[in-house]
Amino acid sequence: MIREFSSADILFIVTAVRWTLILSAIAFAGGAIGGLAIALSRSSQNRVLRRIATGFIQVFQGTPLLMQLFLVYFGLAVVGLPIDPLLAAAVALTLHASAYLGEIWRGAIEAVPSGQSEAATALALGYRDRMRHVILPQAMRIATAPTVGFLVQLIKGTSLASIIGFTELTRAGQIVNNATFQPFLVFGTVAALYFLLCWPLSLLARHLEARMRRALMR
Amino acid sequence: MYQFNFQPVIQNLDLLLFGAWLTVRLSLMAMLFGLVVSVLGAVAKTSGIRPLRWLVDAYVEVIRNTPFLVQIFFIFFGLPAVGISMSPNTAALVALVVNVGAYGTEIIRAGIESIPRGQIEAGRALGLNPVQIFRYVVVKPALRNIYPSLTSQFIYLMLTSSVVSVISANDLASAGADLNARTFASFEIYLVLTVLYFLLALGFSTLFAAIRRVFFTYPAGR
Repeated sequence: MIREFSSADILFIVTAVRWTLILSAIAFAGGAIGGLAIALSRSSQNRVLRRIATGFIQVFQGTPLLMQLFLVYFGLAVVGLPIDPLLAAAVALTLHASAYLGEIWRGAIEAVPSGQSEAATALALGYRDRMRHVILPQAMRIATAPTVGFLVQLIKGTSLASIIGFTELTRAGQIVNNATFQPFLVFGTVAALYFLLCWPLSLLARHLEARMRRALMR
Repeated sequence: MYQFNFQPVIQNLDLLLFGAWLTVRLSLMAMLFGLVVSVLGAVAKTSGIRPLRWLVDAYVEVIRNTPFLVQIFFIFFGLPAVGISMSPNTAALVALVVNVGAYGTEIIRAGIESIPRGQIEAGRALGLNPVQIFRYVVVKPALRNIYPSLTSQFIYLMLTSSVVSVISANDLASAGADLNARTFASFEIYLVLTVLYFLLALGFSTLFAAIRRVFFTYPAGR
């Protein structure tokens, strides 16, 4: 039955935002851990580690996120796990975020002048102390703006989880559209909600980047 | 234990390869039209005409801060409500062009702004006419500056184009979805699709590197 697009529908769509946020948070947290591991491997002295990290980044940046989602989704059955959209989306987005954050953070680590690392070595700091107290704190400042920028990309990416049947913002819009058949209003509302989530982050990223550039010019 | 079955994929590899060709064609068209939109957007943005600049700013911000999936739903399902109907294939191309145009506008604007004014004045001092100045002193160096960002955006566009399969536009992902509906060899099909997309991305980046070598490796003189 086709019914009117009511306030209950708007409420349904708005509350689905929480699943978009939860999925983004999971992927970002997982991606932060994976990304750090990738970035450290990619910039390490160990050739095998470096090669593996490079391959990981190339594969995940060279294939569509949609295919990664499908592969993980159907791959769960291959390894004998139950097929669950949330699990599949969380795993796929975590791997995706690991690759992108790994590449961003590798760049940041390498942007720290090598003299810093050499000075720390001269002070007899081991690899762990060097990274923890000298390199990473400086790399973090450089990486902040692009990391926030990637967060926008990640939030938008979670919309693809709707295709494997996870009910987040986009899928909630599809469900309401199927009942009300008001696609212009429904998808307009969905787009507006994504915009409200992403735009402030985009502005923040731009602001951080401008501040960074001013700091470098000094 | 899971039994792998690549038979359906091998038997229908021609369908997938044809799908890959459709993805290449769709991406190339989207890149071409997207480049036109980007140049127009960048020119409008740097023109100094206020309302025009606001319009382009709004376009760029809205597109860059909403998911492509929602954009294509809005274009394919939403626009017919206001009298603009398109076939899935046309809607797919329009959505991709609108999407890449927003990113391209920003990239090309950055390229135009990367040319110092003194360089244009130097061109004038050498007696070049305005067309020559625009072509050799502005466009070519600007293109060289933005070439890496522009081409990686294009490769990202090709990967994003897999999303057009949700409205059943013809491409590689759709070919895979059709095959999946007939054979249910899901994991095997998507594994091969992923490999094919990876090869396409590799192909495009090789092509772009070749173009770069031919056109943009003159002395930089920094």
